[in-house]
Amino acid sequence: MSNIPDDLKYASTHEWININEEGLVTIGISDHAQEALGDIVFIELPEVGTSVNAKEEVAVVESVKAASDIYSPITGEVIQVNETLIDSPETVNASPYELGWFFKIRMENEAELDDLMNSDTYSEHCDEE
Amino acid sequence: MGKRTCLFEKHLEFGGKIVDFAGWEMPVNYGSQIEEHNFVRSSAGVFDVSHMTIIDLGGLDAEKYLRFLLANDIAKLTTPGQALYSAMLNHDGYVLDDLIVYRMGSGYRLVVNCATREKDLRWLIQNSDGFRVSIEEKPRLAILAINGPDSISKCCKLVSSEHAKRIKELKYFQGTDLGEWFVARTGYTGELGLEFIIPAEDAPDFWTRLLELGVKPIGLGARDTLRLEAGMNLYGQDMDELTSPLSANMERTIAYDPPNREFIGRPALIAHNELRKAGKIPVLVGLTLESRGVLRAGQKVSTELGEGMITSGGFSPTLKHSIALARIPSNSLSCKVELRGVTTALRIVEPNFVRFGKRVCK
Repeated sequence: MSNIPDDLKYASTHEWININEEGLVTIGISDHAQEALGDIVFIELPEVGTSVNAKEEVAVVESVKAASDIYSPITGEVIQVNETLIDSPETVNASPYELGWFFKIRMENEAELDDLMNSDTYSEHCDEE
Repeated sequence: MGKRTCLFEKHLEFGGKIVDFAGWEMPVNYGSQIEEHNFVRSSAGVFDVSHMTIIDLGGLDAEKYLRFLLANDIAKLTTPGQALYSAMLNHDGYVLDDLIVYRMGSGYRLVVNCATREKDLRWLIQNSDGFRVSIEEKPRLAILAINGPDSISKCCKLVSSEHAKRIKELKYFQGTDLGEWFVARTGYTGELGLEFIIPAEDAPDFWTRLLELGVKPIGLGARDTLRLEAGMNLYGQDMDELTSPLSANMERTIAYDPPNREFIGRPALIAHNELRKAGKIPVLVGLTLESRGVLRAGQKVSTELGEGMITSGGFSPTLKHSIALARIPSNSLSCKVELRGVTTALRIVEPNFVRFGKRVCK
């Protein structure tokens, strides 16, 4: 059973979103996602300053099994990326919700948060897959 | 529900993540595939490969039959225990399967792939007409492969001192029986290693005792990256019934001598050789990608002489970059691939990347 913290929100494409103060969100991938991908060997991150739209591909994860796109759950500007993942992509496997965060975004439209799942709904979503 | 080996419960006990592999429920990893891979390169790991098919051959004509059936020549096996890798070809000279044949105290033992079991058994029976040969599958035998620099010393701690001495004396591709057990220095990782073929009822206890000595269980995921680093083919991926052994880096396993030995596929291979001289047979090469990204099976590559395809690809934990096997036009000097929209140059190397824990490709 994978770990699904109840203080985060989730996208159907398995990203988690932590709402920080002042309209900032941190985004990563769920424990369920890292488990399904297997050992992660490369991560491509967006550039700081990039404007992204909700549900748009912004990063790529290459694991021992496959290459997968990571989507931004919300529209906004990338203000920080987790550069430690470039040299230590395995951090995402070891700590998907803490050290393995991907990027931070300044939200443009807080209403988009309503489209995301809470931990209970996300847990059901994982079970259905 | 799929088929299970006698070690299925052990895999669950150790947290094995079970996947379907050609109808078998097998562990793909027990946590981290890369850690398992590195453990084999640095210490010793054990693989349950009991899903592979074991076939014992006996009878007065067993030798004659196998010399007709296989592209390699089992007349090379002069003493019991010796092993030989061979292709089994169809009449068109394409690869039906690859296998290991052991010469036993009496008769021979074949270990063939699990996904090709039915096809192989049919082929063996179909081609046995006129030979006094018995063909018997041995589903109650388990195979445990222990690989890594510490594998032999660890295994020797679990057998009697007399058996340990016999194991230590084994050369590569040589085996011996230990009572009801059979052990050989064969493997699929490019490391030191032993394969034990033992009664299924003995396997769980042997497995547990190996783990108590610090040997770690290794899943099919790491088995695949270890064999890829060793440049070893995987049947169904790097070659199949549409592939000439000349296009699968299997040339050295074909015994053309003595010239009067008739074996299935031999006439067709003459034609393959003619095509090759004309540069019309593609070759299986190694590829390395030293920048970021991962080569995957099925990706198209191109050379200055035409198109090719990656047959096996992945991330090499030992080299820390991606490697692949690919079939490309022969005599190609350069190769490139499109990775996520970006054309990327690859290096063509011998299909052999890592031996005994060290890089061997340039």
